[in-house]
Amino acid sequence: MTKYITKRVVYMFLSLFLIASFTFILMKLLPGSPLASAAKLSVEQREVVYEKYGLNDPIPVQYVRYMGNLVQGDFGTSFQYKNVDVSYLIVKKLKYSAILGAQAIFVGTIIGIILGMIAALKQNTIWDYGSTIVAILGISIPSFVFAALLQYVFAVHWQILPVGLWDGWTSSILPSIALAMGPIAIAARFIRTEMIEVLSSDYIMLAKAKGANWFEIAFKHAFRNALIPLVTVLGPVAAGLLTGSLVVEQIFAIPGIGEQFVKSINSNDFSVIMGTTMFFSVFLIVIILIVDILYGIIDPRIRLAGGDK
Amino acid sequence: MKNKKLMWLISLVLVLSVFLAACGSKDEDADTSKDTNKDEDKGTTEETAGDEEQVLNLIEVAEIPSVDSSIAEDAVGFNVLNNVMEGLYRLDQESLPVPAMADGEPEISEDGLTYTFKIRDAQWSNGTPVTANDFVYAWQRAVDPETGSPYGPYLMEGMVKNATEIGDGKAELADLGITAKDDKTLVVELVRPVPYFLSLMSFGTFYPLNEEFVTSQGDKYASSSDTMIYNGPFALSDWDGTGGWKYVKNDKYWDKDTVKLSAINVDVVKETSTGVKLYDQGDKDRVVLSAEYAMQYAGDPEVTNELETSVFYFKYNQERLGEATPLANVDIRKAVSKAFNKAELTEAVLANGSIPADFLVPEDFTYDADGKDFREYSETFLEYNVEEAQKHWEKGLAALGTDTVELELLGGDSENAKKQQEWFKSELERNLPGLTVNLKEVPFAVRLELDETGDYDIQSAGWGPDFQDPISFMELFTTNSPQNKMNYSNPELDALIESTKIELAKDPVARWEAFAKAEKILLEEDAAVGPTYQRGRMALMKPYVKGLATHPFGGDYSYKWTYIEGK
Repeated sequence: MTKYITKRVVYMFLSLFLIASFTFILMKLLPGSPLASAAKLSVEQREVVYEKYGLNDPIPVQYVRYMGNLVQGDFGTSFQYKNVDVSYLIVKKLKYSAILGAQAIFVGTIIGIILGMIAALKQNTIWDYGSTIVAILGISIPSFVFAALLQYVFAVHWQILPVGLWDGWTSSILPSIALAMGPIAIAARFIRTEMIEVLSSDYIMLAKAKGANWFEIAFKHAFRNALIPLVTVLGPVAAGLLTGSLVVEQIFAIPGIGEQFVKSINSNDFSVIMGTTMFFSVFLIVIILIVDILYGIIDPRIRLAGGDK
Repeated sequence: MKNKKLMWLISLVLVLSVFLAACGSKDEDADTSKDTNKDEDKGTTEETAGDEEQVLNLIEVAEIPSVDSSIAEDAVGFNVLNNVMEGLYRLDQESLPVPAMADGEPEISEDGLTYTFKIRDAQWSNGTPVTANDFVYAWQRAVDPETGSPYGPYLMEGMVKNATEIGDGKAELADLGITAKDDKTLVVELVRPVPYFLSLMSFGTFYPLNEEFVTSQGDKYASSSDTMIYNGPFALSDWDGTGGWKYVKNDKYWDKDTVKLSAINVDVVKETSTGVKLYDQGDKDRVVLSAEYAMQYAGDPEVTNELETSVFYFKYNQERLGEATPLANVDIRKAVSKAFNKAELTEAVLANGSIPADFLVPEDFTYDADGKDFREYSETFLEYNVEEAQKHWEKGLAALGTDTVELELLGGDSENAKKQQEWFKSELERNLPGLTVNLKEVPFAVRLELDETGDYDIQSAGWGPDFQDPISFMELFTTNSPQNKMNYSNPELDALIESTKIELAKDPVARWEAFAKAEKILLEEDAAVGPTYQRGRMALMKPYVKGLATHPFGGDYSYKWTYIEGK
């Protein structure tokens, strides 16, 4: 297991290096200038400002300098927010996105699992159809439509929750629900399919024949096996949610990181583009690593296979 | 029936679980002191609603990129600066420049090149006096290549003595034409008489900076509300570099008795729909409407219409990548300029309070000594007229020896821009037989690059002025202007614009007449560009908000005179 994890960590750093390099190159190919007033300045005046930020140096020089700083954990300072450290910016904005994402994942997964189990255990009943409908709605209606709908019903019509802005935890309720629809749908679909498959397998029949009670069969045997594919898909979904959603954040006027990322690309804010990309990559890669380790815990067969190598 | 019950059950579970989840994150929220502050503010406003608490709640559509006056380069930054800092002059409610940090009118030398200002007895928010040296330091910092200021060189080169030389590395910072004779006397030396110099002194880049304080903060200066000091009507607070902010009345401000608002809460809301909902709920006192909402709220009694000073126009590229385009023919340019119904554009397509532009220098922008608008000095040109457009079109086609012309229209890729461009295409193709318009819709950065290389036929572009003088528009299309990039050149126009800088600089009437003549050459004779519209801004504003001043350049708003009445 240790050997396996070490190997994975080495690969992780290799991937990060490649991601950083590719992002750097793509970013330098972006048209435009990080200066908001670029259109007004003469070429000479622009050059002076670029000189100050080291943007006149040859690209390889900029690349080496950037990677050097990156290794030391220095993302540099933002171009759009002058004198603001990129790491400070990320930490500050991520807070909001992470709270929303964590709530959405937590609630979404639990509800999804419950719905999926109900559907599988009560297959082809009204319960099954009901939970399938919820799952289909969750997956097919975009989260921003949900967001706008929730905002209208709860904030404008009934006025029981805030319309938007970050004003304590009540502000997080509506955006979290909007974001949770995805995980609910995904979890419900996967759990249902897997549970049905597992429930019809031989060892469940055996357990039933041995007289194990319904509860034990459902949770100890069927559910645990049904979790594996869910863990696989939930990893990236979690990474996506925790790192923020552009549209939902905009609708609820929450100053999260998702919106920041898109803005940094539009305004050629090189250091923020790099910083957020690197941050997202680390996050995703670590989550995938955790998922892989989780497999081993859920399913000993995977652990064995990994250990054999 | 059974189905319905089930759905209710499911929704109940959904709602319950959200509350549960929300409780889980309570701890994390408790330590955000900013949020708790905000709650308190809201509480007090609601309780004392009848007593008219002087608190204004605003929305901004973008965060503050920088409030360092040397570095600021965007509308939000300059607007904040206008309300927390103060230059030698300030724009009053009517947008006329009035002495601010300057103690009365300056002494101006015979040749109009030397200004001697007396500095008013005023203090920074930390109690130190504002001195002449604060201006010297700020201006030197703004032209210093080390600072990387975009606006410093842009505004000072060719105006303040030695600014250009410092940019080229041929002069020292200390040589810049600004000196402190003593703590209260400031002398500015210019390289040419600048008729709009005093109004320019209200612009953010020229604001004073306290050298001792700024250097003590180093890189952290103006990165949060705590690392700044203020000499304007308000001070920033609760701003940590990103997100929303708050203005509180600055008790050290020299004219604090005029300032009625005690605080202004600003939140960043990028979605107009969310902004409108916040406004409807009474959380916010004002929201600027985007086009689709502008149409919806057009008749609302709380709608305010403000005319901005940005003018939009077609740039006609006469030589594309070394090859003459059909637009090199003046009749083709005139035909295109006159072939679309500008009133329909502003009323039906834009519908946000914009007005048709038959001019380049906007309305409600510059006034002479008697308060007469520049537009009264000049005429209107290139009005919509299909008949004339078609006459020019036929003449142009005959000269080109063809009966079909294909032109590319380069424009933005926002929803609004696309809608306009579609409309231009159908209007032009309908009124000019034989014309095919190909739309090219690209992000702003790409458009700038295509402009730079001159790779377009017609470009839908616009300009917002940085100082209050017709020249900020009239200079755009002289032969060597960085904004030209459409291979247009008319020596007569160049000479006229040049004359306004030197010979006519001290004769305001003759100078404006020269601009009017230049505008006639540019539009009527040459149709070098085809003006489309002057942009308007539609906003919803609560009727109890009074005295909000809007300005044609620099900071968009002044809150100095704003107050709440009848809430």
